[in-house]
Amino acid sequence: MTTTNYDQRLVKTKNPYPRGPNDWKRFFSFNTDAKVIGIQYIVTSLFFLLFGGLLGMLVRGELITPPSDLFDPTVYNGLYTMHGTVMLFLFLFPMLSGLTNLLVPPMIGAPDMAFPKLNALAFWLVPVFSIILLLSFFVPGGPASSGWWSYPPISIQNPLGKLINGEMLWITAISLSGVSSIMGAVNFVTTIIRMRAPGMGFFKMPIFIWTVLAAQLLQLLGLPALTGGAIMLFFDLTFGTSFFRIEGGGDPVLFQHFFWFYSHPAVYVMVLPVFGIFSELFPVYSRKPLFGYKFVAVASFGITILSLVVWVHHMFYTGTPLWMRNLFMFTTMLIAVPTGVKVFAWIATLWGGNIRLSTPMLFCLGGLFNFIFGGITGVMLATVPVDIHVGNTYFVVAHFHYIIFNTIAFGIFAGIYHWFPKFTGRMFYEGLGKVHFALTFIGATLNWLPLHWAGLLGMPRRVASYDPEFAIWNVIASIGAFILGVASIPFILNMVSSWVRGKSAPPNPWKAIGLEWLLPSPPPHENFEEDIPTVLNEPYCYGLDKPFVQDEQFYIDKSYKRH
Amino acid sequence: MGYWSYSWLPTQASEAAHYVDNLFAFETSIGTFIFLGCTGTMAWILLFNRASKYDESNGQPIEGNVKLEVIWTILPLILVLAIATYATKVNYKLENLGSKIKYNFDQEVPFVEEKKVFDFGPIDVISRQWNWEFIYPNGIHSSELHLPINKRINFRLITEDVIHSFYVPAFRLKQDIIPGSVITYSLTPTKKGVFRLRDAMFSGAYFSQNQTNVIVESEEVFNKWINDTVKKELQNGLNPAGRLYDKRLKNGNRGWATVEPAPAPKVQDKGFEERPHDG
Repeated sequence: MTTTNYDQRLVKTKNPYPRGPNDWKRFFSFNTDAKVIGIQYIVTSLFFLLFGGLLGMLVRGELITPPSDLFDPTVYNGLYTMHGTVMLFLFLFPMLSGLTNLLVPPMIGAPDMAFPKLNALAFWLVPVFSIILLLSFFVPGGPASSGWWSYPPISIQNPLGKLINGEMLWITAISLSGVSSIMGAVNFVTTIIRMRAPGMGFFKMPIFIWTVLAAQLLQLLGLPALTGGAIMLFFDLTFGTSFFRIEGGGDPVLFQHFFWFYSHPAVYVMVLPVFGIFSELFPVYSRKPLFGYKFVAVASFGITILSLVVWVHHMFYTGTPLWMRNLFMFTTMLIAVPTGVKVFAWIATLWGGNIRLSTPMLFCLGGLFNFIFGGITGVMLATVPVDIHVGNTYFVVAHFHYIIFNTIAFGIFAGIYHWFPKFTGRMFYEGLGKVHFALTFIGATLNWLPLHWAGLLGMPRRVASYDPEFAIWNVIASIGAFILGVASIPFILNMVSSWVRGKSAPPNPWKAIGLEWLLPSPPPHENFEEDIPTVLNEPYCYGLDKPFVQDEQFYIDKSYKRH
Repeated sequence: MGYWSYSWLPTQASEAAHYVDNLFAFETSIGTFIFLGCTGTMAWILLFNRASKYDESNGQPIEGNVKLEVIWTILPLILVLAIATYATKVNYKLENLGSKIKYNFDQEVPFVEEKKVFDFGPIDVISRQWNWEFIYPNGIHSSELHLPINKRINFRLITEDVIHSFYVPAFRLKQDIIPGSVITYSLTPTKKGVFRLRDAMFSGAYFSQNQTNVIVESEEVFNKWINDTVKKELQNGLNPAGRLYDKRLKNGNRGWATVEPAPAPKVQDKGFEERPHDG
């Protein structure tokens, strides 16, 4: 298959930022270079991780004691709603778009993304909808406070009756976030399908590319449902239409279908690239080929297909008929199979390896450990009778934080550390990285492990106050949350000081196999420029004596020369 | 671990509880086995396969093993299908959820015929932002839910504003209450005591106050309560959200926007908010 049939003008364009490629001001401009956009996404989203984390600590501060004593309950509801929204739409999605932007073109040997201007536009929507969302703190009545699900009728009650209210700004921001993600998805899918290096057939792509493709196809299939649902909700709230209003013959449950049809797959949109990161990093740090490359690659698409038909498991107790609950229980259970394939493959990759416990590897191992736990509680939640008891309790909160923070954010940290030298040209401080890992692992475990028991005992989620029997679990959880807050200090210190004055990084500090590691650190603007390598094998042939690309030595020499 | 898991759950107070707990214990046992298997292997690898400081050699060049991969695809498949089949059987056994009928808000709540037999009911469960009211077949209005033990009881779940959820952890049962629909629901309490009924679907500002008690009594005590209460005068029932809202107004109405709480229901038995509960 020929894969370089894209517009060759892409390679020959002048550097888009006139003052030269290394001017720091390029990060504040409408730059079309995917590597600049990637860093723009990542830095923006890390800022929102801090902000969302602060909101989370305020929530945990309220919950450290049973009565509602720190805030008025209305304020609490706004804080937890904004915590969830900021973490999902302002931290996780932009962060993953950032990593994808940085990694996809170098990993497949493309000079840039297929549609560089669309790419920049997708990024610049992020500050726009972030500001809209943050402005909602200052409108009369406060920000949206109906949870990140924003279920009607609670979300369209509009107590003050004002046209511009927190909920209205929230829906606007979420819709724009959807538009931005759709733009990104079109770009990623096109780039991966059309712009791979010669010789890189689908079964020679890195797993990260497989998972990005699987995740971004999900975005294209699912996001229109959520964005459409959000627009209908906007109309109900602002113009008094009756899509979900019972007074006009609408049905509030319909929104739940629109919402979950996307928002369940959204979890896989976030977790799939992290599975990709695990699959990239375990071979590097155990010096072994990825176990069962083809199984792992195909499993990503198994997850994609199944995740489109499981959304009703969020609605087991909304009056869904029994046959439908049973059906969706089976489909949900099936997802455990391709996911299990991946987990077992990672463990088998580690087996018999030469393990090096560097910071990225520690985050990967911690993430895998937590993911096994979160996967098991996920199967419990998939069974209808158990879900009817623990659904909408702290058991669910604990479960999804085990996935979304203890797995996804761990994988993201692993990825940031692993590719930091490649894209900044500087090494990070290993010691600070290990401190960051230790604090994060301890904080996260203390925060979310105990909450499973609060949920089993029947503590509903989203409460501002609770019965005293749940107190002990909440005290431990709050302490864990504050430790997580502290954990951000070594991370910020490490990133900022390493980027400014860290040791300069060689092209391939981890001795990893992969196209990105054949480039100088940081890679030049057009990556491989005119000499795009021809790929011979998949990038996991550690110890196999199979060459990865043709004329490998030529690229290695070139990467040092530029350096 | 499976046996141990029973102690993590509240007391078993309904017919459903022991099915749910057994299923949970079963899943906990299998889950523990898988978790320890995986993490034990990881621990073993970390102990014995560590590279020494300057060792940069490769590990064993194993690319995969199709037989092993097929096994770990098929075995989990069989396992999850078995769990799902077992759970389906439990669902059919319990059959708590009756029918869901839509109606217009400005009309009377329609009467719904139940296919499955029940011993007592229907009791109307009315949820609001933020209080509960229970109306018995003989016309009693109550703020707490009194139930006779070991009888299958039928409910009509109704909401007057947003989505709420009828959740009694000790019963292991939860059912959302959808505006514009009346949902019929049946359950059998099996243990005497006082249990918390908690709204489990976020319903706005005073959501966490939207709780009351379920009191399961012997048939004699229950019948006496029914006969005594019907003679009592109507008075204001439990309404903790209203009390908090009044306090907020007195303090200058600070905080973010909320709808006004519904007024306290007029009931014959106003209940006792601080009643100690068993689960």
